[in-house]
Amino acid sequence: MRNWFKSGDPWIWMIGGALSISVIMVVGLLLLIAVRGFSHFWPSPIVETTAVVEGEQVRVLGVVTNSETLPADRIRESGQIIDDDAILVTRHLFKVGNRDITGRDFVWYLESTLSDFRYPENAMMVERREWGNFYGYPLRLEEAGVPVAGGDELWPVLQERIVRANELHGQIQQIERYEIGRINGELERLRLEERKMDHRQLPAAERAPIQRVIDQRRQALEAEYEVLRIQREELQERARRDVLIAQTANGIETPINLSNIVMASRNNALSPPGKLAFYGHRIKDFLTGFPREANTEGGIFPAIFGTVTMVLIMSVFVTPFGVLAAIYLREYARQGPLLKMIRVSVYNLAGVPSIVFGVFGLGFFVYLVGGSIDNLFYPERLPAPTFGTPGLFWASLTLALLTLPVVIVSTEEGLARIPRTIREGSLALGATKWETLWKVVVPLSAPAMMTGLILAVARAAGEVAPLMLVGVVKLAPSLPVDGQFPFIHLDRKIMHLGFHIYDVGFQSPNVEAARPLVYATALTLVVLILVLNLTAIAIRNRLREKYRAEGD
Amino acid sequence: MNEKTQPEDAVKVSAGQFDRSRRSLNIQREDIAVEVKDLNLFYGADQALKNINLKIPRNRVTAFIGPSGCGKSTLLRCFNRMNDLIDICKIDGQIIIDGQDVHSRDVDVAEHRRRVGMVFQKPNPFPKSIFENVAYGLRLQGVSNKRTLAEVVEKALRAAALWDEVKDRLQDNAFGLSGGQQQRLVIARAIAIEPEIILLDEPCSALDPISTAKVEELMIELKEKYTIVIVTHNMQQAARVSDFTAYMYLGELIEFDDTAKLFTNPARKATEDYITGRYG
Repeated sequence: MRNWFKSGDPWIWMIGGALSISVIMVVGLLLLIAVRGFSHFWPSPIVETTAVVEGEQVRVLGVVTNSETLPADRIRESGQIIDDDAILVTRHLFKVGNRDITGRDFVWYLESTLSDFRYPENAMMVERREWGNFYGYPLRLEEAGVPVAGGDELWPVLQERIVRANELHGQIQQIERYEIGRINGELERLRLEERKMDHRQLPAAERAPIQRVIDQRRQALEAEYEVLRIQREELQERARRDVLIAQTANGIETPINLSNIVMASRNNALSPPGKLAFYGHRIKDFLTGFPREANTEGGIFPAIFGTVTMVLIMSVFVTPFGVLAAIYLREYARQGPLLKMIRVSVYNLAGVPSIVFGVFGLGFFVYLVGGSIDNLFYPERLPAPTFGTPGLFWASLTLALLTLPVVIVSTEEGLARIPRTIREGSLALGATKWETLWKVVVPLSAPAMMTGLILAVARAAGEVAPLMLVGVVKLAPSLPVDGQFPFIHLDRKIMHLGFHIYDVGFQSPNVEAARPLVYATALTLVVLILVLNLTAIAIRNRLREKYRAEGD
Repeated sequence: MNEKTQPEDAVKVSAGQFDRSRRSLNIQREDIAVEVKDLNLFYGADQALKNINLKIPRNRVTAFIGPSGCGKSTLLRCFNRMNDLIDICKIDGQIIIDGQDVHSRDVDVAEHRRRVGMVFQKPNPFPKSIFENVAYGLRLQGVSNKRTLAEVVEKALRAAALWDEVKDRLQDNAFGLSGGQQQRLVIARAIAIEPEIILLDEPCSALDPISTAKVEELMIELKEKYTIVIVTHNMQQAARVSDFTAYMYLGELIEFDDTAKLFTNPARKATEDYITGRYG
């Protein structure tokens, strides 16, 4: 036994065990969010069944999203009547949709009350822009009140017309989001010009010609807007042309306007490749679409975009500052107790809770720096703040501050690892210390700097708490980068995947509908961080290859 | 530099504090490349060099031998002020090169190192291409003309007897070369900026015998143009390549003489013990 301990075997078992547990936990976590998240987009079979609720028979049509088995007493306590001898009860959660008709789109049914399960080929799921999903049967298609298709030919015609309606919707979006947005932006600029003149108290004689130009421009813009408005109304009119008349499981006839339909699918009739194509299509919509209905429907593109933009801007700030600080600490500062203290403080900065950085960012960056910028450069906009309010720039800066210690520490370690002989070689050729640093030492420690940046990016992309204070919002009206001058809008508020998870998961009015989106968003965030990191690692490996040195 | 030599135009070579052994060498016509006067060097409280007096002749190979820790590398590193990098190092005494004390305040260290090149124990090429390694010193001086650079690089590589081996892969990373080639590349890098003196700190200690032979041959060729000072642990090497040899022990210069003389008929018993292997 003693020999067994001496041989080191128990330690190896322990180490191996610890590693396996860690790996299992990580893989399990990823699997859970992957399965929960992305199964949401799979076209599950639509089931039709009969349930008995309080003695009445109801037809139920929908998708089973959850099942659980409970002790019977729990159910009895909730007031439902079940057999006296039952001990365990199984119940299913049906997503039945039709919120506009029944008011509830998720309903629990006890298994014992269900009978007559069927998977009708004709049952369809309609994803709508408003009121969530619709589950039911298509009856006929009407164009301006006149039936145009029904029966067997209905489905292909419907699909064609949905595509048409979606194209029109895309055009309307284009006009609303970009063209009217551009006009509004210019009108706002004109308003600010006027305010600037007020602010500078320009004499009326000087003011008149400028004012004339502004008025002309404004009239031109308003005329342009009028044209767009008419164009948009025309498009809306055309999009509203077709109406699908559908029937719920309980026989209620409902019209659904095609302009309100994102897509319709008969899940039970889909072939496996068809399901796969549908699945891919919905994932694509999720990743590239804009959120709808208080973030519980639609896509998360603005959140992805905001996260990436913020992380990139943060990298632009944190890398030079961190690297320069590390070079100073390691190469130039005189080693002594003061330096030791500074170094310990910097290292400990990494352990400060992130919300503290958020508070600091709000107090220092947003109110003090941002407020001063507004007073100096944008006095005409006051009291409406420009930079004196949370926004992309301040969020990035706060995160840069938060991740600075990581970059400093890794860079310092990288600098310390450069062999002395290489420095001496450069010095012996008549290079000054500065030249040696920039031409030899810094390129050689570039991989270490990249390591720091990788850690910083991973930390920053996953951070939520400080961002809520300095610029991330539930729903940003526009992306931080667009076609309007100056193209990158550092003062805009952004959406962020981490905050989106929090918002959808805990602030959403429709918990059941939002839950799968939480998992899907979480998975997206993990994948995004992975992609950012892999990119950085690839760059680092290329640098390593380039500056491959002995003993590195 | 004649005005700096002794009045009788003979090089007096001192052997440390041992006045008994002070004697003239038969090298009267030669210039002095480096003159060390009463040099004492301290690392904190430890004295690493004790009262060194030495004159190193121009266009000759001078070897420093002695057991580990005797201060020969420290002395060599004084010549191009490499000891500046060590904070606790304190130096007094003079090292005169070209009539100027290298430690005086108005010496531009970088400029000085340009004139006194150095090759280290382990080959230390930069993580750049072979070409860029050799061109490094020139680029520091602001040379950017491609033709000039190419010419100088070729000349330096030829002088370091490396050109034929690398001429087809000048753009390859220098780490791809063998240890011996790397060491010759480093020598080429030092030659490229045309120093007056080349210091070699145990240049062959990390090399195999064939590479060692090549580097030794190179030293003999290079002394036509440069003054060479080499620190070595290998007494055969000192005997083979050097014209003059200094034996150091515990920070003192015990004996300095013509190599042939020092190895066949040393003036001091300590030297004889060391070179015959009875040291210790």
